[in-house]
Amino acid sequence: MKRVGLIVVVVLLALGGWWLFRGTSPQPASPAAVDVAALKDPALVAKGEYLARVGDCASCHTEQGGTRFAGGRVLPTPFGNIPAPNITPDRETGLGDWRFEDFWQALHSGKGRHGELLYPVFSYTSFTKVTRDDALAIFAYLQSLAPVRQAAKPLGLEFPYSVRSSLNAWRALYFQEGVYQPDPSKPVAWNRGAYLVQGLGHCNECHAPRDSLGGSQSKPSLAGGQIPAQNWYAPDLSTQANGGLAGWSEQDIVDLLKTGQSARGAAFGPMAEVVAQSTQHLNDDDLHAIATYLQSLPARTPAAAEKSPLDTRPILAQGAKVYAERCADCHGKDGNGVAGVYPPLNGNSSVNEPSGINAMRVVLLGGFPPVTAGNPRPYSMPPFAQQLSDSDVAAVVTYIRQSWSNNASLVQERDVIKYRHTPID
Amino acid sequence: MKGLSVTWRRARRALGAWVLLAGVALAGGTRAQEAPHPAIPDTLQQRIAACTACHGVHGEGTPESGFFPRLAGKPAGYLARQLKDFQDGLRKYGPMEYTVRQLSPAYMREIAEYFSAQEVPYSRSPLPRLSADALKRGEELVMHGDPVRKIPPCMACHGSQLTGVQPDIPGLVGLPYDYISSQLGSWRTHTRATVAPDCMAEIANRLGDSDISAVSAWLAGRELPADMHAQPPGSVKPPLHCGVLGDKEGGA
Repeated sequence: MKRVGLIVVVVLLALGGWWLFRGTSPQPASPAAVDVAALKDPALVAKGEYLARVGDCASCHTEQGGTRFAGGRVLPTPFGNIPAPNITPDRETGLGDWRFEDFWQALHSGKGRHGELLYPVFSYTSFTKVTRDDALAIFAYLQSLAPVRQAAKPLGLEFPYSVRSSLNAWRALYFQEGVYQPDPSKPVAWNRGAYLVQGLGHCNECHAPRDSLGGSQSKPSLAGGQIPAQNWYAPDLSTQANGGLAGWSEQDIVDLLKTGQSARGAAFGPMAEVVAQSTQHLNDDDLHAIATYLQSLPARTPAAAEKSPLDTRPILAQGAKVYAERCADCHGKDGNGVAGVYPPLNGNSSVNEPSGINAMRVVLLGGFPPVTAGNPRPYSMPPFAQQLSDSDVAAVVTYIRQSWSNNASLVQERDVIKYRHTPID
Repeated sequence: MKGLSVTWRRARRALGAWVLLAGVALAGGTRAQEAPHPAIPDTLQQRIAACTACHGVHGEGTPESGFFPRLAGKPAGYLARQLKDFQDGLRKYGPMEYTVRQLSPAYMREIAEYFSAQEVPYSRSPLPRLSADALKRGEELVMHGDPVRKIPPCMACHGSQLTGVQPDIPGLVGLPYDYISSQLGSWRTHTRATVAPDCMAEIANRLGDSDISAVSAWLAGRELPADMHAQPPGSVKPPLHCGVLGDKEGGA
């Protein structure tokens, strides 16, 4: 029923959008403005390589085990699967015939080479903030790669999402075109951080709630949200009162982005990939700029205390027993972990995030934090999927979410059942 | 190298403790006393709890159920290749793909060498009831192959003792029936693959269904040789081109 309603809404929006925007597309691309020879400048290419790292372009545009930037990774969304295209300069299957203006139109305006509207799984809602100079450098870098012939996989979208014009309506609701405008009242580092976080870093694409149409609410930004289809929770990034990162210092943020772990927690799941592929390669100035900006995010309103109708005492007692047997050796009876080795659970943003998904899935999956130059041989966590029942996982997760300084909601067996069978991607 | 890095880590840890305790010296570089739990050993074994939880601290696997394969004593090149194949999605098993996703080649190599160096006694696992004819067919395939179907004998690659060949070819004896038969099946269903040319995929697809049971049962029931170690490099001349052995071109 929900789905039928959604389809009706999307069709209506599509019609409305078509009416609003009829006749405005496709637009002919303006003539080539950039000299091809200028793209060969090694300094420009090197700058572009760095910026492509910041944007983590390879993460989506590379298939598991495939050639970097040759596309093929299928991105799951609630609306269907969308394969990322080949962005190497192959003339037939990649960007070989693209001019910079085509690339700019895609990155800045979310439109393909022939004016077709791009699906916002390509995060042009963020990339629109990237400056023309930076976009040029990225384009120069991509054009410098060895061309790889690899045709795009077919789009896996179902009706009505397969109708591209429906994106007119979506864009009217969620897309604001425009390069980042520095705030002259703020320091240079803050502006650099804001530019990276809001633009190329596209942090808000995960760290914000999305509504049923897949749009992220613009305010408050970076307030955390469940990543659709992947079933991980990207925590709120405010370091102020009631923020997901409350109490994180600038150095904590830099450490996590650079090494994959900090005194406050470790990266795992999708963020482990972001750290491994992108943020560990950022220079210290940019990392500190990002941290400076995140530290300026406002305090959050406290979540309404949820009073459970259940008597949680038996669950907590069961959880305490599991914790003592399975978790305390590494994370400590006090939940404070071991500095540089095992992350604290006490005050950990991913333990306390509203959904409980992260803690449940980490207990089930275990795993390694990302291998980085700063942490080349990380300690790991055993997966407990084979060893703990749904009831034990629910109990121990509830226990860690309600112990020490933690005060998050309980999770139930039925939640664990759901995430036990969530696909890994 | 290893000694050096251990020294370096100790030095760093000692330095950290100095800072923490504001100048209180710690004899022998032992861990600071601030945490209410025992010191965490700085060993690879401690670091790879994600692996040992299922495969065992010494890579013994779960011989009774056969579900988690033994890793102990398998050639390091072979084990490192498997980790890479899970990383690249050539071998498909969600929990393994997730676990190895962000590991570096150097760390995977170190983990592979750890398990390869473990000495764990082999144990026998349950065998299906197969006819004498089927077992004879299994023995025939292992020892002589099937020239008509272009199936080379297992021994041609896996060694005259079937204990594998260093550094890339695993042994076949001492493995459970369920494990061998399911791996052969996985090659046919494309849930297990490796770099091209994938010679084992070729062979698995030339085997008939009954051949898979026959060869798996005969191997699983085989008396174990006194020395279960893989034979030295160069002990075999593989009859097929295999990507895992460094062959780049030519079909199988």
